[in-house]
Parts: sequence; structure tokens; C-alpha cells
Amino acid sequence: MNGIDDVSIEDELCTQISSVAASGGEIEIIGGGSKRFYGEPIEALPIDVSAHSGVIDYDPAELVITLRAGCKLADVEALLAGQRQMFGFEPPRFGADATIGGMVASALAGPRRAYAGSIRDFVLGVKLLDGRGQVLRFGGRVIKNVAGFDVARLMVGSLGTLGIILEVSLRVVPVYETELTLAYEHDNADDHLRWINELGSEPYPVSASMWLAGRSQLRLSGSEQGVRQAAKQLGGDETASDWQRLREQSLDFFDPGLPLTRVSLPPAKADMFPGKTQLIEWGGAQRWLCGDVDIAVLRDAVGAQGGSACAFRGHSVGVPCFQPLPAAMLKLQRNIKSSFDPAGIFNPGRIYPGL
Amino acid sequence: MSLTRRQKLAARFREFLDTESVIDQPTSLAAYECDGLSAYREQPLLVLLPENIEQVQQIMRLCHEQRLPVVSRGAGTSLSGGALPHAEGVVLSLAKMNRILEVDALSRCAVAEAGVRNLAISEAVSALGLYYAPDPSSQIACSIGGNVAENAGGVHCLKYGLTLHNILALKVVGSDGEIFEIDQRSLHTDGYDLMPLLVGSEGMLGIVVEVTVKLLPIPRCARVVMGVFDSVEQAGDSVAMIIAEGIIPAGIEMMDNPAIRAAEDFVHAGYPVDAEAILICELDGTEEEVVAQIELVEKVLKKGGAVETRLARDEAERLLFWSGRKAAFPAVGRISPDYYCIDGTIPRKALSAVLSGVRALSQEYGLRIANVFHAGDGNLHPLILYDANNEGELEKTEELGSKILQLCIHHGGTITGEHGVGVEKLGEMCVQFSEPERNQFHSIRECFDPLKILNPGKAIPTLARCAEFNAMHVHAGEVPFPDLERF
Repeated sequence: MNGIDDVSIEDELCTQISSVAASGGEIEIIGGGSKRFYGEPIEALPIDVSAHSGVIDYDPAELVITLRAGCKLADVEALLAGQRQMFGFEPPRFGADATIGGMVASALAGPRRAYAGSIRDFVLGVKLLDGRGQVLRFGGRVIKNVAGFDVARLMVGSLGTLGIILEVSLRVVPVYETELTLAYEHDNADDHLRWINELGSEPYPVSASMWLAGRSQLRLSGSEQGVRQAAKQLGGDETASDWQRLREQSLDFFDPGLPLTRVSLPPAKADMFPGKTQLIEWGGAQRWLCGDVDIAVLRDAVGAQGGSACAFRGHSVGVPCFQPLPAAMLKLQRNIKSSFDPAGIFNPGRIYPGL
Repeated sequence: MSLTRRQKLAARFREFLDTESVIDQPTSLAAYECDGLSAYREQPLLVLLPENIEQVQQIMRLCHEQRLPVVSRGAGTSLSGGALPHAEGVVLSLAKMNRILEVDALSRCAVAEAGVRNLAISEAVSALGLYYAPDPSSQIACSIGGNVAENAGGVHCLKYGLTLHNILALKVVGSDGEIFEIDQRSLHTDGYDLMPLLVGSEGMLGIVVEVTVKLLPIPRCARVVMGVFDSVEQAGDSVAMIIAEGIIPAGIEMMDNPAIRAAEDFVHAGYPVDAEAILICELDGTEEEVVAQIELVEKVLKKGGAVETRLARDEAERLLFWSGRKAAFPAVGRISPDYYCIDGTIPRKALSAVLSGVRALSQEYGLRIANVFHAGDGNLHPLILYDANNEGELEKTEELGSKILQLCIHHGGTITGEHGVGVEKLGEMCVQFSEPERNQFHSIRECFDPLKILNPGKAIPTLARCAEFNAMHVHAGEVPFPDLERF
């Protein structure tokens, strides 16, 4: 019907996990493999979960879709687009085979994230296979739900370390009536940061922003009238859209030959990298550095500002991917991991040692 | 015996708290016996009123050492008994920690102590053209710490989200008295995202002491249209039709006939008292957007069968339209000695089926029910009218409420959309979650609070509790051991 395979391999996965747990093994959960670069490398038995596919429920008027996690992101986005709906957080694919499970597990979101919300904000429920081989459901298919701890949203960004996501229910949003992109000259990053944050106090229909090489871009999304009016008030030059290439990191800035570092900061923090090759998005909260950096020094500096740095791609072997946690917090998180996966079979060490 | 223990403990707490910040006199303790769910009452050993984070830490260290149950309390407006005291424990009130510590206009966030009132935040930043979006109906009184504990919603959460969606950072005192922080101002999280665990955890994972909230620009324009319907079903279908047009209203609320009558008698909002249902739909944004969308909504309402639509002519009339909805609970309180508010959420498409089920249950139990409904997000608030002075009527009401919640689960919904489980819905948790799922909740709790001193007995039922509930469920209509406390 919708061109998405309808196949459940839940029973096979349960059997497989139970036997891995019994034999003291370890596994790496693989969906489309498009985000396998993200996090620490794992040496464990790869288990392909991408065959677990199908639309469990989609009623556009409910603004909710429930999917098996192996569904291809591209197929699901096409299905939503057919109903003039979409994911609010504009997820990157980083490959044609990207799956819904990988989208949720990685928590990677695109340009609209700073304005529409994170993947976590839109997850309503999950069905999960835990480290004991048990199938658990948390959350649900309704927008408001405070029964029990919100375990469904804990799965977002857990990089497969807590269990196999079998199904997920997500809130979706209507496609905007119209969009347009405006460009402005801002020679230095601080000019952009001040401008974009001041703009945030005004109710303009902004849905993305970026600064690169002395030029700011702003995307407006909404009703015809609203966007046209805002564009008139904001001035700037209407320009072609770069947002798709920003989302997929295919702009020239993202040189695959160089290490890519993601710096996360409270959005209004002043520029910390004058003179470096830098792309700023999310209103200043996400800043990309392309080229060599001393990540330990960088982490101290951004940590002091309430931020963190991620060795996103192309860094030397042995550079920890994520900003280290305080010891007490790491201990707490290891305990949480153990509560789902007592034998430590899922994606061991993907985030931190023991996590 | 118990008094001695109370006095001894009071002396220990007075080593670092002012005398009057340790309440130990039964007459003064009485004020803390219950929260907004007044059918449940308990007197704690002590009530403690710390003034700063250090004192909260000292309290938690002592409670940890003494294995003393701690029930944290904000303004005490919970509708599920989340702040019901523990007879052998202390109530930790955050009422004195009520300062807004920082407003950052450029970053659009504010740091508030846990005891700050929800509405006080918006009032403090309104001059900057900003506000804090979540608006539970108790927002005049309820505290931001309590909002975090319950993941409070409100009438605008279809568009602007729940508390979770509007919080950037938390400072929490753990069960051992140590501070931990969750800081997402950078829109990124390293390691696991503990924010959704903490938000809505009903005081069981830590004591939230500081909250950094997101501030939004006040919309330039807000307008309201009311649709009047001859049937609840048509009103429900019209909500789906509005959303199918790609419109996300700022708020969309439904009231049925008994609720309309009660509200109209109380606040004279001009509601049509003969209507079976009304929809109140608010749109906000820029002037241009709102004008265009409100026209479309009016058309859709008519197409959906509205016998009449009324556009609020000005701000005064907009507020008037809302006043009836916002006063629905007290309005129902005027026509009945007592009422009991249910908080189930369902997929919107199940509305007709669930409402007819509710009607049938109402007749079966001989208790009147008025329905108000956050129609956009499927959150139902049936209000059961009863008289606690009639022998057995409260028990009958609770049983009816439980049946309604189980009906919500049956239709793919949940037992609580925004009021929390507290002590009230422990039984229904056994229906909504399997034993391994409940065990997972207990395990998570023990990661944060190995001694289980934080709000014990709330939110997550024990195995024994579920066995008891299931046994009662089998003998539907006849509650065994009526003298036993049911929590």
C-alpha cells in the first residue's frame, strides 16, 4: 500500500537476544548503517535489525505515526509528505538506507531543531527489546501521557546501548504552506550571534538559521501571509535554499578529508573560534569546526561555558567521541544502562566506557 | 512514642534550620495533610521549609542517614495526591525558595527556584515581550518545581508542548544530598538524556531545586472562535478536520452540555446552554496569519456541522470565552457538593466511543458526569459529581473513575495525561503496564534512590499492590476489605 515492507522479525530478535544474553556475548545493533560512524567503534557481533519494517498505524488527523524501527527514513518521509505532513526536527539521513530506529537512537536532528524541537520532543512511545530478551512498552500513541517514568524518551540518543528499539510512535507536524530564505552580510560570527538571538525575542516564523563565511541565512516558514509580512519587516536578500545540503552535511564546508568537530553551546555565547573555519546553526547552539583541533583543550574551554564538544567525524583513533561526564553522573548512567541491559550486551562502549 | 521521635528529629533539623522552618505542631502540620486531591490525608512527622540549596542538601543527608521518607511539595496543587505526606516521613516544602534568580533576555531563558509560581515567571518577563508557555489551570498558584515533577500541561500544549518541552536545565539534589545537573541550554545532551526521566517523576528521583525555563516571544495576536454543536461527535470530528487543514491551534477545548451549563451559571460567558457541545479554538501568531487561519477555522467548523460560530470581537470577549472553560472545575463545584476529576487521554478518533462509554458508566453508577476536554491532544477531564457525605459514594466514584481510565487504556490511551499517578491511579498502572515494565520503573528509581526514601508509595505500584488491585477488579462492584487504606 504505502511501499513500505510489512515484516516483523520481533520473535527472531527475542530468541537471538535471549541466546546472546545466555552465552555472555555482545552485539552491535545495525539498522541502515548510515550513522555507524557516530560514537565509539564497537567490536561485537553485528545484528541487522533493518528487516523489522512496517507502518503499524498512521492516521494523519491524529498527528501521530507508529512505525517498526527498520522502516527507511526516506520512505517514511515520502509517506508523510503525501499527507502534507513531516517530522518537525528535520532528521539527516547520511545515506539512503537510514532507518527510523537509527534516527531515534542517534538523536541527530537538522536545521529546524532549534525552532521546532528535538527528536525527543516528538517521541511519544517505544516498544523495546531489553537485555533480558523481554519486550517492553513505554509511553503510547497519545500526545499527553505522564503515566510512569518517560522511558520512551530516554531511548532517544541512547545509541542502542539500552536495548533494541522495535517500534516507535512519533508526533508529526503539518508541512508549512510556504518557505523562503533570506541572506544578510555579517562579517564576523559575533555579529551573527547577536543578531540571531535578538531576533529570537520577536515572534517571527523562523525555522532555520546559519552563518558561514561572513554570510547569515535565515529560513522563514509558515502561512503565505505570515511569511511574506515577516520577510518585508526583516529585509535581507531572498536567496536559494541551502538547508537540505546543511542537513545532509553536503555543503562544501563539510570537507570529508578533514576532522569535523561539533561544538554545542548556549546559543548566545560569544564566538570562541575567531579566524577558524566555522559554520554556526541552530541560532548559535550548534557550531561546526572543520579542521584539526586539540579536543581536550577545546572541551575544557566549551565546558566552562556550559557547552560540550563532539569529535563528530574523521578524528584520530583514540580521541573520545563525546565530552566526558562528571564521575558521579557517569556512575548513575552506568547503573541505568545495567537496569536495562544487565549483562552489557548492547553496543558496549558506544558512548563511554561502560555505556 | 511517635511524638518522641518527632521531637528528636525536629531537634536534629533545627541544628541547621530556623526554629519556625521546622513545623512539628499537629495544628500547623494539618495544613500539609493533603494536596489538591483532598480525599486522601495523612499527617507527616515534620514539615521542613528550607530557604536555600545548602539546606535542602543538609535535609537530604539527614534523611538519607535516618532512612526517612521525604515527600517534596511545591504549592500543593497536585490533583493526584503526589504530595500526600508519609506518616513516618517529612514533607520538604520548597515554598520559601521562590526567587527568580536570573533572566537572560538574549538567550530567552530564566532561572527560577523550584518554589516560584508558574505565572510569576511570565509576569516577571512580560516587559521583555516574553512569556513561559505552559499554563496549567492552577498557574496562579502552582510552582515551577511541581510543574517539573508532574510534567504539567495546560490548554496551550498542543502547539507549545508540555513542561518537558519548555525546560532547558535542572539543578537537582539527589537522595544522598549531592547535587546533579541536567543542562540542555546548548540543545545537546552527552550520555543519556535524563531530562524526560526527571520531568514527570513525581518527586521520586530527586529534589528539583532550580529550573531553567525557555521563554518565548508573546504572540502579537491571539483570536478565539467558538463553535456550537448539536452533538459531541460532530464537535470531535471538527477538531480532526481543523488539523487536517494543516492548522495547529494554540488551544482547542471542548465542553459538553453539563459542563457548559455549570460554567455559564457561574461566569456568564455567554455560552449557549442548550448546545450539546462547544469548541473553543484559539489561534495565535502574527496578525496576518491569524486573520487568514481564523477564517478557515470558521469555515471548517460550519462544514463540520456547527449550528453557529462566534468570533470573539475583541480581547475582552476572547477572555470571556476562555473564562468559562478556565472556571469549569469550580463551576462544577458549585452544582455538586464534591467532584472528582479524571485525566485520561485517548487518540482523538476514539472520542465518540469513549464518551458513549462514559455516558453508559454514568448511568450504571447513577452519578452525573460533566466533560471538559483538551480536544486537540485527546486529554479528557470527565468530572464525576458526588457527595462525600453519602455513605459509600466516594468509593463508588473512585470505582467509576477507575472504569473510565480502563476504558481509555482499552482505546489505546493512557490513565493520566497531565495530573500524574500519585496515589490515585496506582491500581490503573497495573493495567497499563506489565510486570516487567513496572519492574523497569522500580529499577530506574533505585538507580537514583537506592534507599527508596523519595516519595515512597507513589506513582509506581508494587507487585503486592497490583495483586490487590487485580483481585478487586475480578470482584467488580464489590470492594473487599473496605476498611483497608487503598494506598
